Amino acid sequence: MNNTRTFYDGGKVITGLVIFVVLVTFPFWYNHGKAAPAPEPQLTEKAKAEKACIRPKNEMKSAHMQILNNWRNNVVRNADRIHETADGKRFEMSLSNTCVDCHSNKADFCDRCHNYVAVNPYCWNCHIDNPKETSK
Amino acid sequence: MKKSRRSFLQIAGVSALGLGLKPVADLVAAPAEHGEAPAERVLKNEAALKAKQWAMVIDTRMFESAADLEPIIEACHKIHNVPSIDHPRHEIKWIWEEEFKHAFPTQELRFLPERIEHLPFLVLCNHCEDPPCVRACPTKATFKREDGIVLMDFHRCIGCRFCMAACPYGSRSFNFRDPRPFIKETNLKFPTRMKGVVEKCNFCAERLAVGQMPACVEASNGALTFGDLEDPESDVRKLLSENFTIRRKQALGTGPAVYYII
Ligand code: HEC
Ligand code: HEC
Ligand code: HEC
Repeated sequence: MNNTRTFYDGGKVITGLVIFVVLVTFPFWYNHGKAAPAPEPQLTEKAKAEKACIRPKNEMKSAHMQILNNWRNNVVRNADRIHETADGKRFEMSLSNTCVDCHSNKADFCDRCHNYVAVNPYCWNCHIDNPKETSK
Repeated sequence: MKKSRRSFLQIAGVSALGLGLKPVADLVAAPAEHGEAPAERVLKNEAALKAKQWAMVIDTRMFESAADLEPIIEACHKIHNVPSIDHPRHEIKWIWEEEFKHAFPTQELRFLPERIEHLPFLVLCNHCEDPPCVRACPTKATFKREDGIVLMDFHRCIGCRFCMAACPYGSRSFNFRDPRPFIKETNLKFPTRMKGVVEKCNFCAERLAVGQMPACVEASNGALTFGDLEDPESDVRKLLSENFTIRRKQALGTGPAVYYII
């Protein structure tokens, strides 16, 4: 048997392959180095004046959903409504009346970050998102 | 590898012993974990009102017409963002008025006194001592609190409406549609509800928590009295010992905590 086989239409096949590879990898090199930057959550004047959140910033970033879950269970099921922080500050455990009181710029604070990470908490179907404004 | 029955039984015995020891070991280990108590804590407001079984006495002698009930209903529905939907099958109510024959269908009286026959009665969730709705709820969204209040945890409600079928008093309403457009004036301090959850009176749990009486009691000019049924010195017990009272559908054994002086 002859070992040298003929590569029919080599040019076309290789061009086709190159086009295929380019198309498939298009999203990768097109977005190269242009990853959407993580939004910097904006603090309100009130939050800036208060300086600290319920817990240190890093913990808030990673654990605020668990904190909120604990808050609602404590309030609704155990009738405990006050949260005392490690350094003795007291907060009413309320999503609208505490978190969104300090972070009253919900759209620039909570929403921007949530849009970036693609979470959409359904809390606002019931909880008021602008407790400071007069009714809509 | 061949094992003798003897060695198999030995290994099995030691394993069973090990399993039996695990809970004991856990018990010994547990206190160490609890030792480092977190500095953070949750607590109740000092002013919070407490009871073993909250109850209400409604003195119907102080009412003459629907106009007397209006401000009471209004006070409740306003602070709790209860929507006013006209459609009779979509309406939401926490406290409302009912004729005697509908509120007390088991109170067999062939000839009702004139006053009773035309008097509107104030009805609301009875916060039963043995609530059938709590047993019906598959997610424990509705539960009986330590102070006797039958409460809704809206976060757990899946809208199955078993509780509505279980409640003999029709105290529960289902949100067939988004309630927000039907709320005239939103109380920004209290959440609304959403399409797909059941709701009802909460005996103003959020007000008791900060030392206030329920809104309906406050708006009633003394016709409604609220207090601890288990405390012989409470206002409600005093009223109950001085007056003849009835409860709704008492024979069902749910133990309603709302009493009516007729
Ligand atoms: C179906 C309506 C509904 C939804 C959806 C809902 N809540 Fe609530 N929530 C309530 C109601 C009603 C209360 C009781 C308020 C009270 O008793 O003061 C409450 C209470 C709370 C409380 C404690 C009291 C307060 O004022 O905040 C927290 C915290 C809370 N919810 C967090 C959440 C979070 C987080 C979400 C979303 C993941 C959420 N809730 C979604 C209706 C809802
Ligand atoms: C007393 C005002 C105050 C209250 C109340 C408050 N926060 Fe904060 N929050 C702050 C401040 C100030 C910071 C910034 C902390 C820092 O930079 O060290 C912050 C930071 C955060 C962050 C991190 C933001 C980032 O930059 O990554 C999150 C998330 C957050 N808060 C969520 C919440 C939630 C949820 C609640 C309610 C449970 C809440 N906050 C209640 C003041 C408050
Ligand atoms: C620094 C970014 C950031 C900020 C600011 C932030 N969140 Fe979040 N939040 C997240 C991330 C990330 C998740 C999702 C975590 C996950 O899916 O495990 C989340 C999840 C949640 C959830 C749970 C959602 C669900 O469906 O389980 C709630 C509730 C929530 N956030 C409330 C808030 C509130 C209220 C604020 C504003 C006071 C806020 N967050 C601000 C990043 C943020």
